[in-house]
Amino acid sequence: MSAAWLARKLATVIGLAWLVATIVFLALHMVPGDPAELLLSTGGISPDPASVAELREKLGLDRPILVQYGTFLGNLLRRDLGTSLVDDYPVLSEIALRLPRTLELIAAGTVIAILVGVPAGVYAALDRGGRFDRFASGVTALLLAVPVFVVGTLLVLLFAQTLRIMPAGGFVAFSQDPAQHLKLLTLPAIAIAKGLAAVLFRMTRAAMLDALANDYVRTARAKGLGPNRVIFVHVLRNALNPVVTVLGLQMGTLLGGTVLVEYVFNWPGMSTPLLRAVEGRDYPMVVGIVLTISVLFLLLNLLVEVVHAWLDPRVAHS
Amino acid sequence: MKRLWLPGAFVALIVLAALCAPLFPLADPVRQDVANRLAGPMAGSWLGRDEFGRDVFSRLIWGARTSLGVAFASAMVAGLVGVTLGLIGGWGKGAAAFLSVRSMDVVLCFPPILLALLVVTLLGPGAGTLILVLSVLYLPGFARVTHAEVLSVKGRDYVEAARALGARPSYLLLRTVLPNIAGPILVQLSLAVAAAVVLESGLSFLGLGVVPPAPSWGLMIRGARATMEQAPLLLVWPCAALTLTILAMNLLCDGLRDTLDPRTAGR
Repeated sequence: MSAAWLARKLATVIGLAWLVATIVFLALHMVPGDPAELLLSTGGISPDPASVAELREKLGLDRPILVQYGTFLGNLLRRDLGTSLVDDYPVLSEIALRLPRTLELIAAGTVIAILVGVPAGVYAALDRGGRFDRFASGVTALLLAVPVFVVGTLLVLLFAQTLRIMPAGGFVAFSQDPAQHLKLLTLPAIAIAKGLAAVLFRMTRAAMLDALANDYVRTARAKGLGPNRVIFVHVLRNALNPVVTVLGLQMGTLLGGTVLVEYVFNWPGMSTPLLRAVEGRDYPMVVGIVLTISVLFLLLNLLVEVVHAWLDPRVAHS
Repeated sequence: MKRLWLPGAFVALIVLAALCAPLFPLADPVRQDVANRLAGPMAGSWLGRDEFGRDVFSRLIWGARTSLGVAFASAMVAGLVGVTLGLIGGWGKGAAAFLSVRSMDVVLCFPPILLALLVVTLLGPGAGTLILVLSVLYLPGFARVTHAEVLSVKGRDYVEAARALGARPSYLLLRTVLPNIAGPILVQLSLAVAAAVVLESGLSFLGLGVVPPAPSWGLMIRGARATMEQAPLLLVWPCAALTLTILAMNLLCDGLRDTLDPRTAGR
Protein backbone atom coordinates (compact mmCIF):
# COMPACT_ATOMS: atom_id res chain seq x y z
CA MET A 1 0.00 0.00 0.00
CA SER A 2 1.86 3.03 -1.26
CA ALA A 3 1.43 6.63 -0.12
CA ALA A 4 0.42 7.59 -3.65
CA TRP A 5 -2.37 5.02 -3.65
CA LEU A 6 -3.64 6.26 -0.30
CA ALA A 7 -3.46 9.88 -1.45
CA ARG A 8 -5.45 9.01 -4.57
CA LYS A 9 -8.08 7.25 -2.49
CA LEU A 10 -8.29 10.20 -0.11
CA ALA A 11 -8.70 12.59 -3.02
CA THR A 12 -11.58 10.44 -4.31
CA VAL A 13 -13.27 10.58 -0.93
CA ILE A 14 -12.92 14.37 -0.81
CA GLY A 15 -14.34 14.62 -4.32
CA LEU A 16 -17.28 12.42 -3.42
CA ALA A 17 -17.88 14.40 -0.22
CA TRP A 18 -18.03 17.56 -2.33
CA LEU A 19 -20.47 15.83 -4.67
CA VAL A 20 -22.65 14.77 -1.73
CA ALA A 21 -22.65 18.32 -0.36
CA THR A 22 -23.61 19.68 -3.77
CA ILE A 23 -26.48 17.22 -4.18
CA VAL A 24 -27.79 18.10 -0.72
CA PHE A 25 -27.53 21.79 -1.59
CA LEU A 26 -29.30 21.29 -4.92
CA ALA A 27 -32.05 19.15 -3.37
CA LEU A 28 -33.52 22.23 -1.69
CA HIS A 29 -33.55 24.07 -5.01
CA MET A 30 -34.78 21.21 -7.20
CA VAL A 31 -38.16 20.93 -5.49
CA PRO A 32 -40.96 22.59 -7.41
CA GLY A 33 -42.08 25.93 -6.00
CA ASP A 34 -40.68 28.00 -3.17
CA PRO A 35 -38.71 25.77 -0.76
CA ALA A 36 -39.41 28.06 2.19
CA GLU A 37 -43.14 27.85 1.53
CA LEU A 38 -42.87 24.09 1.09
CA LEU A 39 -41.04 23.61 4.40
CA LEU A 40 -43.66 25.65 6.27
CA SER A 41 -46.77 24.15 4.69
CA THR A 42 -48.50 21.31 6.48
CA GLY A 43 -51.34 19.32 4.97
CA GLY A 44 -51.98 21.70 2.07
CA ILE A 45 -52.56 24.79 4.23
CA SER A 46 -50.61 27.79 2.89
CA PRO A 47 -48.30 29.33 5.48
CA ASP A 48 -48.52 33.05 6.23
CA PRO A 49 -46.30 35.21 3.99
CA ALA A 50 -44.44 36.88 6.87
CA SER A 51 -43.01 33.62 8.21
CA VAL A 52 -42.16 32.46 4.67
CA ALA A 53 -40.18 35.67 4.13
CA GLU A 54 -38.46 35.18 7.48
CA LEU A 55 -37.45 31.61 6.63
CA ARG A 56 -36.27 32.67 3.18
CA GLU A 57 -33.96 35.16 4.81
CA LYS A 58 -32.80 32.69 7.43
CA LEU A 59 -31.91 30.05 4.85
CA GLY A 60 -30.41 32.75 2.62
CA LEU A 61 -32.83 31.90 -0.18
CA ASP A 62 -33.24 35.57 -1.10
CA ARG A 63 -29.69 35.72 -2.47
CA PRO A 64 -28.46 34.54 -5.91
CA ILE A 65 -28.03 30.77 -6.08
CA LEU A 66 -24.28 30.86 -6.75
CA VAL A 67 -23.74 33.09 -3.72
CA GLN A 68 -25.78 30.65 -1.66
CA TYR A 69 -23.72 27.75 -2.94
CA GLY A 70 -20.46 29.56 -2.17
CA THR A 71 -21.62 30.42 1.34
CA PHE A 72 -22.79 26.84 1.88
CA LEU A 73 -19.44 25.30 0.88
CA GLY A 74 -17.48 27.99 2.74
CA ASN A 75 -19.43 27.32 5.93
CA LEU A 76 -18.87 23.58 5.54
CA LEU A 77 -15.11 24.13 5.24
CA ARG A 78 -15.18 26.19 8.42
CA ARG A 79 -17.16 23.35 10.01
CA ASP A 80 -20.19 25.58 10.43
CA LEU A 81 -23.34 23.55 9.78
CA GLY A 82 -25.71 26.34 10.75
CA THR A 83 -28.33 26.33 13.47
CA SER A 84 -31.59 24.48 14.00
CA LEU A 85 -34.69 26.27 12.70
CA VAL A 86 -36.57 25.14 15.79
CA ASP A 87 -34.38 26.22 18.70
CA ASP A 88 -31.35 27.96 17.11
CA TYR A 89 -29.11 25.27 18.59
CA PRO A 90 -25.88 24.80 16.56
CA VAL A 91 -26.22 21.70 14.40
CA LEU A 92 -22.56 20.79 14.90
CA SER A 93 -22.87 20.71 18.71
CA GLU A 94 -25.84 18.37 18.43
CA ILE A 95 -23.85 16.09 16.12
CA ALA A 96 -20.74 16.21 18.33
CA LEU A 97 -22.83 15.04 21.26
CA ARG A 98 -24.64 12.26 19.38
CA LEU A 99 -22.12 10.91 16.87
CA PRO A 100 -19.96 8.96 19.37
CA ARG A 101 -23.02 7.04 20.58
CA THR A 102 -23.99 6.11 17.02
CA LEU A 103 -20.41 5.07 16.24
CA GLU A 104 -20.32 2.93 19.37
CA LEU A 105 -23.48 1.13 18.28
CA ILE A 106 -22.11 0.54 14.77
CA ALA A 107 -18.78 -0.70 16.12
CA ALA A 108 -20.45 -3.06 18.60
CA GLY A 109 -22.77 -4.39 15.89
CA THR A 110 -19.92 -4.90 13.43
CA VAL A 111 -17.81 -6.75 16.02
CA ILE A 112 -20.70 -9.06 16.92
CA ALA A 113 -21.45 -9.69 13.24
CA ILE A 114 -17.81 -10.57 12.49
CA LEU A 115 -17.48 -12.77 15.57
CA VAL A 116 -20.62 -14.71 14.66
CA GLY A 117 -20.73 -14.58 10.85
CA VAL A 118 -17.11 -15.41 9.95
CA PRO A 119 -16.54 -18.45 12.21
CA ALA A 120 -19.99 -19.80 11.34
CA GLY A 121 -19.16 -19.38 7.65
CA VAL A 122 -15.83 -21.16 8.04
CA TYR A 123 -17.44 -24.00 9.93
CA ALA A 124 -20.30 -24.32 7.44
CA ALA A 125 -17.83 -24.49 4.52
CA LEU A 126 -15.87 -27.27 6.24
CA ASP A 127 -19.18 -29.02 7.00
CA ARG A 128 -20.52 -28.54 3.48
CA GLY A 129 -23.89 -30.25 3.08
CA GLY A 130 -23.85 -31.32 6.73
CA ARG A 131 -26.37 -30.59 9.45
CA PHE A 132 -24.81 -27.34 10.66
CA ASP A 133 -24.38 -26.07 7.11
CA ARG A 134 -28.01 -26.63 6.24
CA PHE A 135 -29.25 -25.22 9.55
CA ALA A 136 -27.10 -22.09 9.36
CA SER A 137 -28.01 -21.48 5.73
CA GLY A 138 -31.70 -21.62 6.64
CA VAL A 139 -31.25 -19.24 9.56
CA THR A 140 -29.33 -16.89 7.26
CA ALA A 141 -32.17 -16.77 4.72
CA LEU A 142 -34.55 -15.89 7.54
CA LEU A 143 -32.23 -13.26 9.02
CA LEU A 144 -31.83 -11.59 5.64
CA ALA A 145 -35.60 -11.41 5.27
CA VAL A 146 -36.48 -9.90 8.66
CA PRO A 147 -36.24 -6.10 8.52
CA VAL A 148 -33.93 -4.66 11.14
CA PHE A 149 -36.68 -2.79 12.99
CA VAL A 150 -38.74 -5.98 13.20
CA VAL A 151 -35.81 -7.81 14.77
CA GLY A 152 -35.36 -4.93 17.21
CA THR A 153 -39.03 -4.83 18.13
CA LEU A 154 -39.22 -8.62 18.55
CA LEU A 155 -36.07 -8.59 20.73
CA VAL A 156 -37.79 -6.05 22.99
CA LEU A 157 -40.96 -8.15 23.03
CA LEU A 158 -39.03 -11.31 23.91
CA PHE A 159 -36.26 -10.20 26.27
CA ALA A 160 -37.74 -7.09 27.88
CA GLN A 161 -41.48 -7.69 27.80
CA THR A 162 -41.84 -11.45 28.15
CA LEU A 163 -38.67 -12.76 29.84
CA ARG A 164 -37.90 -9.45 31.58
CA ILE A 165 -34.16 -10.12 31.62
CA MET A 166 -33.06 -7.12 29.55
CA PRO A 167 -33.99 -3.45 29.57
CA ALA A 168 -36.33 -2.40 26.74
CA GLY A 169 -34.11 0.49 25.80
CA GLY A 170 -32.54 3.71 26.95
CA PHE A 171 -29.07 4.99 27.59
CA VAL A 172 -26.69 5.47 30.52
CA ALA A 173 -23.26 7.01 30.02
CA PHE A 174 -20.40 4.51 30.34
CA SER A 175 -18.70 6.76 32.93
CA GLN A 176 -21.84 6.67 35.10
CA ASP A 177 -22.59 2.97 35.17
CA PRO A 178 -20.44 0.77 32.91
CA ALA A 179 -22.40 -2.44 33.54
CA GLN A 180 -25.78 -0.87 32.78
CA HIS A 181 -24.29 0.89 29.74
CA LEU A 182 -23.18 -2.43 28.25
CA LYS A 183 -26.48 -4.06 29.15
CA LEU A 184 -28.36 -1.32 27.30
CA LEU A 185 -25.99 -1.66 24.35
CA THR A 186 -26.48 -5.42 23.95
CA LEU A 187 -29.91 -5.72 22.30
CA PRO A 188 -29.51 -2.81 19.86
CA ALA A 189 -26.05 -4.09 18.88
CA ILE A 190 -27.48 -7.55 18.21
CA ALA A 191 -30.27 -6.03 16.12
CA ILE A 192 -27.71 -4.06 14.07
CA ALA A 193 -25.51 -7.13 13.71
CA LYS A 194 -28.16 -9.51 12.36
CA GLY A 195 -28.09 -8.52 8.70
CA LEU A 196 -24.35 -8.09 8.54
CA ALA A 197 -23.75 -11.42 10.28
CA ALA A 198 -25.98 -13.15 7.73
CA VAL A 199 -24.19 -11.54 4.77
CA LEU A 200 -20.76 -12.26 6.26
CA PHE A 201 -21.77 -15.87 6.86
CA ARG A 202 -22.81 -16.36 3.23
CA MET A 203 -19.74 -14.62 1.86
CA THR A 204 -17.27 -16.41 4.17
CA ARG A 205 -18.81 -19.77 3.33
CA ALA A 206 -18.64 -19.13 -0.42
CA ALA A 207 -15.12 -17.68 -0.27
CA MET A 208 -13.89 -20.59 1.87
CA LEU A 209 -15.31 -23.11 -0.59
CA ASP A 210 -13.59 -21.26 -3.45
CA ALA A 211 -10.28 -21.09 -1.60
CA LEU A 212 -10.43 -24.73 -0.50
CA ALA A 213 -10.54 -25.81 -4.16
CA ASN A 214 -7.17 -24.16 -4.93
CA ASP A 215 -4.01 -26.06 -5.77
CA TYR A 216 -2.02 -24.43 -2.99
CA VAL A 217 -4.33 -26.06 -0.47
CA ARG A 218 -3.50 -29.44 -1.90
CA THR A 219 0.19 -28.53 -1.87
CA ALA A 220 0.00 -27.39 1.75
CA ARG A 221 -1.73 -30.63 2.71
CA ALA A 222 0.69 -32.69 0.66
CA LYS A 223 3.70 -31.23 2.39
CA GLY A 224 2.23 -32.44 5.66
CA LEU A 225 0.76 -29.34 7.27
CA GLY A 226 -1.91 -30.01 9.89
CA PRO A 227 -5.54 -29.27 9.01
CA ASN A 228 -5.72 -26.24 11.35
CA ARG A 229 -2.66 -24.64 9.79
CA VAL A 230 -3.98 -25.25 6.29
CA ILE A 231 -7.38 -23.78 7.10
CA PHE A 232 -6.38 -20.78 9.18
CA VAL A 233 -3.12 -19.75 7.53
CA HIS A 234 -3.64 -20.74 3.90
CA VAL A 235 -7.36 -20.82 3.21
CA LEU A 236 -8.85 -18.24 5.56
CA ARG A 237 -6.32 -15.56 4.74
CA ASN A 238 -7.30 -15.78 1.07
CA ALA A 239 -10.98 -16.21 1.80
CA LEU A 240 -11.04 -13.00 3.85
CA ASN A 241 -10.59 -10.69 0.85
CA PRO A 242 -14.10 -11.01 -0.57
CA VAL A 243 -15.43 -10.93 2.99
CA VAL A 244 -13.83 -7.53 3.56
CA THR A 245 -15.27 -6.27 0.27
CA VAL A 246 -18.73 -7.29 1.39
CA LEU A 247 -18.20 -5.52 4.68
CA GLY A 248 -17.68 -2.32 2.71
CA LEU A 249 -20.77 -2.88 0.58
CA GLN A 250 -22.85 -3.36 3.71
CA MET A 251 -21.88 -0.06 5.35
CA GLY A 252 -24.82 1.82 3.82
CA THR A 253 -27.30 -0.76 5.08
CA LEU A 254 -25.58 -0.69 8.46
CA LEU A 255 -25.78 3.09 8.80
CA GLY A 256 -29.40 3.11 7.63
CA GLY A 257 -30.22 0.30 10.04
CA THR A 258 -28.74 2.30 12.88
CA VAL A 259 -31.36 5.01 12.35
CA LEU A 260 -34.13 2.45 12.83
CA VAL A 261 -32.48 0.56 15.68
CA GLU A 262 -31.74 3.71 17.67
CA TYR A 263 -35.40 4.62 17.33
CA VAL A 264 -36.59 1.19 18.49
CA PHE A 265 -34.33 1.17 21.56
CA ASN A 266 -34.44 4.89 22.42
CA TRP A 267 -30.67 4.99 21.94
CA PRO A 268 -29.93 8.74 21.89
CA GLY A 269 -27.59 8.75 18.88
CA MET A 270 -27.90 10.67 15.62
CA SER A 271 -31.31 9.27 14.78
CA THR A 272 -33.20 11.09 17.57
CA PRO A 273 -32.42 14.62 16.34
CA LEU A 274 -32.60 13.43 12.72
CA LEU A 275 -36.13 12.06 13.01
CA ARG A 276 -37.27 15.01 15.09
CA ALA A 277 -35.85 17.34 12.45
CA VAL A 278 -37.48 15.45 9.55
CA GLU A 279 -40.85 15.62 11.30
CA GLY A 280 -40.42 19.29 12.18
CA ARG A 281 -39.09 20.11 8.68
CA ASP A 282 -35.94 21.48 10.34
CA TYR A 283 -33.92 21.59 7.12
CA PRO A 284 -30.46 22.72 8.40
CA MET A 285 -30.49 19.99 11.04
CA VAL A 286 -31.46 17.30 8.50
CA VAL A 287 -28.79 18.50 6.07
CA GLY A 288 -26.12 18.56 8.80
CA ILE A 289 -26.88 15.03 9.93
CA VAL A 290 -27.32 13.59 6.42
CA LEU A 291 -24.00 15.13 5.37
CA THR A 292 -22.22 13.84 8.47
CA ILE A 293 -23.52 10.29 8.08
CA SER A 294 -22.84 10.28 4.33
CA VAL A 295 -19.25 11.44 4.84
CA LEU A 296 -18.93 8.83 7.59
CA PHE A 297 -20.19 6.31 5.04
CA LEU A 298 -17.46 7.38 2.57
CA LEU A 299 -14.77 7.23 5.27
CA LEU A 300 -15.84 3.77 6.45
CA ASN A 301 -15.66 2.60 2.85
CA LEU A 302 -12.15 4.02 2.61
CA LEU A 303 -11.20 2.21 5.81
CA VAL A 304 -12.50 -1.03 4.34
CA GLU A 305 -10.48 -0.45 1.18
CA VAL A 306 -7.34 0.14 3.23
CA VAL A 307 -7.89 -3.09 5.14
CA HIS A 308 -8.54 -4.83 1.84
CA ALA A 309 -5.27 -3.52 0.38
CA TRP A 310 -3.42 -4.60 3.50
CA LEU A 311 -4.83 -8.14 3.22
CA ASP A 312 -4.32 -8.32 -0.52
CA PRO A 313 -1.46 -6.13 -1.80
CA ARG A 314 -2.59 -6.67 -5.41
CA VAL A 315 -5.52 -4.30 -4.77
CA ALA A 316 -3.28 -1.25 -4.35
CA HIS A 317 -1.36 -2.04 -7.52
CA SER A 318 -4.23 -2.58 -9.89
CA MET B 1 -37.03 -24.20 -12.08
CA LYS B 2 -38.13 -26.27 -9.10
CA ARG B 3 -36.91 -23.62 -6.66
CA LEU B 4 -39.22 -21.06 -8.21
CA TRP B 5 -42.48 -22.83 -7.42
CA LEU B 6 -42.97 -22.45 -3.69
CA PRO B 7 -41.82 -18.84 -3.23
CA GLY B 8 -43.45 -17.95 -6.55
CA ALA B 9 -46.78 -19.34 -5.41
CA PHE B 10 -46.52 -17.54 -2.08
CA VAL B 11 -45.70 -14.20 -3.69
CA ALA B 12 -48.52 -14.72 -6.20
CA LEU B 13 -50.91 -15.38 -3.32
CA ILE B 14 -49.94 -12.13 -1.56
CA VAL B 15 -50.13 -10.13 -4.76
CA LEU B 16 -53.54 -11.63 -5.50
CA ALA B 17 -54.79 -10.86 -1.97
CA ALA B 18 -53.51 -7.29 -2.30
CA LEU B 19 -55.15 -6.83 -5.71
CA CYS B 20 -58.45 -8.33 -4.64
CA ALA B 21 -58.65 -6.63 -1.22
CA PRO B 22 -61.71 -4.56 -2.24
CA LEU B 23 -63.52 -7.70 -3.45
CA PHE B 24 -63.25 -9.61 -0.17
CA PRO B 25 -65.96 -9.16 2.47
CA LEU B 26 -63.46 -7.45 4.79
CA ALA B 27 -64.22 -4.95 7.51
CA ASP B 28 -63.35 -1.33 6.70
CA PRO B 29 -59.62 -1.15 7.60
CA VAL B 30 -59.86 2.43 8.89
CA ARG B 31 -63.21 2.27 10.72
CA GLN B 32 -62.62 2.78 14.43
CA ASP B 33 -64.62 1.00 17.12
CA VAL B 34 -63.38 2.26 20.48
CA ALA B 35 -65.62 -0.07 22.46
CA ASN B 36 -63.66 -3.05 21.09
CA ARG B 37 -60.16 -1.63 21.25
CA LEU B 38 -57.50 -4.36 21.64
CA ALA B 39 -60.25 -6.99 21.59
CA GLY B 40 -59.08 -10.58 20.99
CA PRO B 41 -60.30 -12.76 18.13
CA MET B 42 -64.06 -12.52 17.72
CA ALA B 43 -66.80 -13.19 15.16
CA GLY B 44 -65.91 -11.27 12.00
CA SER B 45 -62.44 -10.37 13.35
CA TRP B 46 -60.25 -13.48 13.25
CA LEU B 47 -57.17 -11.73 14.53
CA GLY B 48 -58.90 -9.28 16.86
CA ARG B 49 -58.85 -5.50 16.89
CA ASP B 50 -56.04 -2.94 17.21
CA GLU B 51 -55.59 0.03 19.53
CA PHE B 52 -58.39 1.95 17.78
CA GLY B 53 -60.68 -1.07 17.50
CA ARG B 54 -59.88 -1.55 13.80
CA ASP B 55 -59.99 -5.06 12.34
CA VAL B 56 -56.42 -6.45 12.28
CA PHE B 57 -56.95 -9.06 9.55
CA SER B 58 -58.49 -6.50 7.25
CA ARG B 59 -55.61 -4.11 7.91
CA LEU B 60 -53.09 -6.87 7.13
CA ILE B 61 -54.64 -7.50 3.71
CA TRP B 62 -55.06 -3.81 2.91
CA GLY B 63 -51.57 -3.22 4.26
CA ALA B 64 -50.21 -5.68 1.69
CA ARG B 65 -51.95 -3.57 -0.96
CA THR B 66 -50.21 -0.41 0.27
CA SER B 67 -46.76 -1.99 0.66
CA LEU B 68 -46.81 -3.88 -2.63
CA GLY B 69 -48.43 -0.99 -4.48
CA VAL B 70 -45.71 1.42 -3.43
CA ALA B 71 -42.98 -1.18 -4.04
CA PHE B 72 -44.18 -2.20 -7.52
CA ALA B 73 -44.84 1.38 -8.60
CA SER B 74 -41.39 2.56 -7.59
CA ALA B 75 -39.64 -0.49 -9.06
CA MET B 76 -41.49 0.04 -12.36
CA VAL B 77 -40.60 3.75 -12.50
CA ALA B 78 -36.99 3.01 -11.59
CA GLY B 79 -36.96 0.21 -14.17
CA LEU B 80 -38.38 2.30 -17.02
CA VAL B 81 -36.08 5.29 -16.43
CA GLY B 82 -33.05 3.20 -15.46
CA VAL B 83 -33.30 0.85 -18.46
CA THR B 84 -33.73 3.82 -20.81
CA LEU B 85 -30.63 5.49 -19.37
CA GLY B 86 -28.73 2.22 -19.51
CA LEU B 87 -29.69 1.67 -23.17
CA ILE B 88 -28.55 5.19 -24.05
CA GLY B 89 -25.35 4.75 -22.07
CA GLY B 90 -24.54 1.36 -23.57
CA TRP B 91 -25.50 2.10 -27.14
CA GLY B 92 -24.46 5.72 -27.53
CA LYS B 93 -21.01 7.27 -27.50
CA GLY B 94 -19.42 10.30 -25.91
CA ALA B 95 -20.06 12.34 -22.81
CA ALA B 96 -23.86 12.09 -22.82
CA ALA B 97 -23.76 8.29 -22.88
CA PHE B 98 -21.12 8.24 -20.16
CA LEU B 99 -23.04 10.67 -17.96
CA SER B 100 -26.38 8.93 -18.38
CA VAL B 101 -25.07 5.96 -16.42
CA ARG B 102 -22.33 7.51 -14.27
CA SER B 103 -24.45 10.38 -12.97
CA MET B 104 -26.74 7.80 -11.40
CA ASP B 105 -23.91 6.61 -9.19
CA VAL B 106 -24.20 9.79 -7.13
CA VAL B 107 -27.19 8.16 -5.45
CA LEU B 108 -24.86 5.43 -4.20
CA CYS B 109 -22.87 7.94 -2.12
CA PHE B 110 -25.74 8.11 0.37
CA PRO B 111 -26.99 5.46 2.74
CA PRO B 112 -30.46 4.85 1.18
CA ILE B 113 -32.63 5.67 4.17
CA LEU B 114 -30.89 9.03 4.66
CA LEU B 115 -31.55 10.15 1.11
CA ALA B 116 -35.16 9.14 1.70
CA LEU B 117 -35.36 11.17 4.91
CA LEU B 118 -33.87 14.21 3.16
CA VAL B 119 -36.58 14.09 0.50
CA VAL B 120 -39.32 13.48 3.08
CA THR B 121 -38.18 16.64 4.89
CA LEU B 122 -38.64 18.62 1.71
CA LEU B 123 -41.83 17.09 0.32
CA GLY B 124 -43.53 15.79 3.45
CA PRO B 125 -44.47 12.14 4.05
CA GLY B 126 -46.92 10.25 1.85
CA ALA B 127 -47.19 7.49 -0.74
CA GLY B 128 -46.21 9.87 -3.57
CA THR B 129 -43.00 10.91 -1.83
CA LEU B 130 -42.22 7.26 -1.11
CA ILE B 131 -42.60 6.22 -4.74
CA LEU B 132 -40.41 9.12 -5.88
CA VAL B 133 -37.66 8.40 -3.36
CA LEU B 134 -37.65 4.64 -3.85
CA SER B 135 -37.53 4.94 -7.63
CA VAL B 136 -34.56 7.31 -7.39
CA LEU B 137 -32.81 4.89 -5.05
CA TYR B 138 -33.18 1.91 -7.40
CA LEU B 139 -32.38 3.78 -10.61
CA PRO B 140 -28.59 3.16 -10.54
CA GLY B 141 -29.10 -0.60 -10.28
CA PHE B 142 -31.19 -0.72 -13.46
CA ALA B 143 -28.95 1.73 -15.33
CA ARG B 144 -25.82 -0.26 -14.44
CA VAL B 145 -27.22 -3.68 -15.28
CA THR B 146 -28.70 -2.51 -18.59
CA HIS B 147 -25.51 -0.64 -19.49
CA ALA B 148 -23.32 -3.67 -18.85
CA GLU B 149 -25.66 -6.02 -20.72
CA VAL B 150 -25.94 -3.73 -23.76
CA LEU B 151 -22.16 -3.47 -23.93
CA SER B 152 -21.81 -7.25 -23.93
CA VAL B 153 -24.57 -7.80 -26.47
CA LYS B 154 -24.15 -5.01 -28.98
CA GLY B 155 -21.22 -6.58 -30.83
CA ARG B 156 -22.92 -9.95 -31.23
CA ASP B 157 -23.58 -11.39 -34.66
CA TYR B 158 -27.36 -11.30 -34.41
CA VAL B 159 -27.26 -7.55 -33.69
CA GLU B 160 -24.90 -7.08 -36.64
CA ALA B 161 -27.21 -9.18 -38.79
CA ALA B 162 -30.24 -7.11 -37.86
CA ARG B 163 -28.28 -3.96 -38.56
CA ALA B 164 -27.15 -5.29 -41.94
CA LEU B 165 -30.79 -5.98 -42.77
CA GLY B 166 -31.37 -2.27 -42.38
CA ALA B 167 -33.02 -2.09 -38.97
CA ARG B 168 -33.13 1.39 -37.47
CA PRO B 169 -31.40 2.01 -34.12
CA SER B 170 -34.71 2.27 -32.22
CA TYR B 171 -35.82 -1.08 -33.67
CA LEU B 172 -32.44 -2.63 -32.89
CA LEU B 173 -32.53 -1.46 -29.29
CA LEU B 174 -36.12 -2.28 -28.48
CA ARG B 175 -36.71 -5.41 -30.57
CA THR B 176 -33.27 -6.99 -30.85
CA VAL B 177 -31.20 -5.94 -27.83
CA LEU B 178 -33.84 -5.49 -25.14
CA PRO B 179 -35.46 -8.96 -25.40
CA ASN B 180 -32.01 -10.52 -25.16
CA ILE B 181 -31.09 -8.70 -21.98
CA ALA B 182 -34.53 -8.99 -20.36
CA GLY B 183 -33.42 -11.72 -17.95
CA PRO B 184 -30.99 -9.73 -15.82
CA ILE B 185 -33.37 -6.73 -15.90
CA LEU B 186 -36.18 -8.89 -14.61
CA VAL B 187 -33.92 -10.14 -11.81
CA GLN B 188 -33.09 -6.52 -10.99
CA LEU B 189 -36.80 -5.71 -10.93
CA SER B 190 -37.52 -8.47 -8.43
CA LEU B 191 -34.61 -7.30 -6.24
CA ALA B 192 -35.89 -3.72 -6.35
CA VAL B 193 -39.42 -4.73 -5.36
CA ALA B 194 -38.16 -6.74 -2.38
CA ALA B 195 -35.84 -3.93 -1.26
CA ALA B 196 -38.61 -1.36 -1.68
CA VAL B 197 -40.97 -3.35 0.56
CA VAL B 198 -38.29 -3.31 3.28
CA LEU B 199 -37.57 0.40 2.99
CA GLU B 200 -41.23 1.40 2.74
CA SER B 201 -42.09 -0.52 5.89
CA GLY B 202 -39.07 1.00 7.68
CA LEU B 203 -40.04 4.56 6.80
CA SER B 204 -43.69 3.93 7.69
CA PHE B 205 -42.52 2.42 10.97
CA LEU B 206 -40.69 5.69 11.70
CA GLY B 207 -43.93 7.55 10.94
CA LEU B 208 -42.38 9.12 7.84
CA GLY B 209 -43.77 6.90 5.10
CA VAL B 210 -47.44 6.11 4.53
CA VAL B 211 -49.65 8.62 6.32
CA PRO B 212 -52.05 7.25 8.98
CA PRO B 213 -54.78 6.06 9.14
CA ALA B 214 -53.98 4.24 5.86
CA PRO B 215 -53.10 0.63 6.63
CA SER B 216 -49.45 -0.34 6.17
CA TRP B 217 -47.42 -3.09 7.82
CA GLY B 218 -44.81 -0.65 9.04
CA LEU B 219 -47.48 1.57 10.59
CA MET B 220 -49.17 -1.44 12.21
CA ILE B 221 -45.89 -2.43 13.88
CA ARG B 222 -45.41 1.17 14.99
CA GLY B 223 -48.90 1.24 16.52
CA ALA B 224 -48.63 -2.18 18.16
CA ARG B 225 -45.36 -1.25 19.87
CA ALA B 226 -47.23 1.10 22.16
CA THR B 227 -49.66 -1.61 23.28
CA MET B 228 -47.08 -4.40 23.41
CA GLU B 229 -47.85 -5.09 27.06
CA GLN B 230 -51.61 -5.63 26.69
CA ALA B 231 -51.66 -7.18 23.22
CA PRO B 232 -48.31 -8.69 22.13
CA LEU B 233 -49.97 -10.62 19.29
CA LEU B 234 -50.82 -7.36 17.53
CA LEU B 235 -47.10 -6.95 17.07
CA VAL B 236 -46.54 -10.50 15.87
CA TRP B 237 -49.03 -10.51 12.93
CA PRO B 238 -47.63 -7.60 10.89
CA CYS B 239 -44.05 -8.66 11.71
CA ALA B 240 -44.79 -12.17 10.44
CA ALA B 241 -46.58 -10.91 7.33
CA LEU B 242 -43.72 -8.59 6.46
CA THR B 243 -40.98 -11.15 7.12
CA LEU B 244 -42.69 -13.97 5.23
CA THR B 245 -43.36 -11.71 2.26
CA ILE B 246 -39.75 -10.57 2.09
CA LEU B 247 -38.48 -14.13 2.61
CA ALA B 248 -40.62 -15.39 -0.26
CA MET B 249 -39.52 -12.49 -2.46
CA ASN B 250 -35.84 -13.08 -1.67
CA LEU B 251 -36.14 -16.79 -2.49
CA LEU B 252 -37.98 -15.90 -5.69
CA CYS B 253 -35.17 -13.46 -6.59
CA ASP B 254 -32.55 -16.17 -6.03
CA GLY B 255 -34.54 -18.62 -8.10
CA LEU B 256 -35.07 -16.08 -10.89
CA ARG B 257 -31.40 -15.25 -10.93
CA ASP B 258 -30.41 -18.89 -11.19
CA THR B 259 -32.87 -19.38 -14.05
CA LEU B 260 -32.52 -16.13 -16.01
CA ASP B 261 -29.00 -14.96 -15.34
CA PRO B 262 -26.78 -18.01 -15.71
CA ARG B 263 -23.54 -16.09 -15.29
CA THR B 264 -24.12 -15.27 -11.64
CA ALA B 265 -25.97 -18.49 -10.90
CA GLY B 266 -24.80 -20.85 -8.21
CA ARG B 267 -23.13 -18.17 -6.14
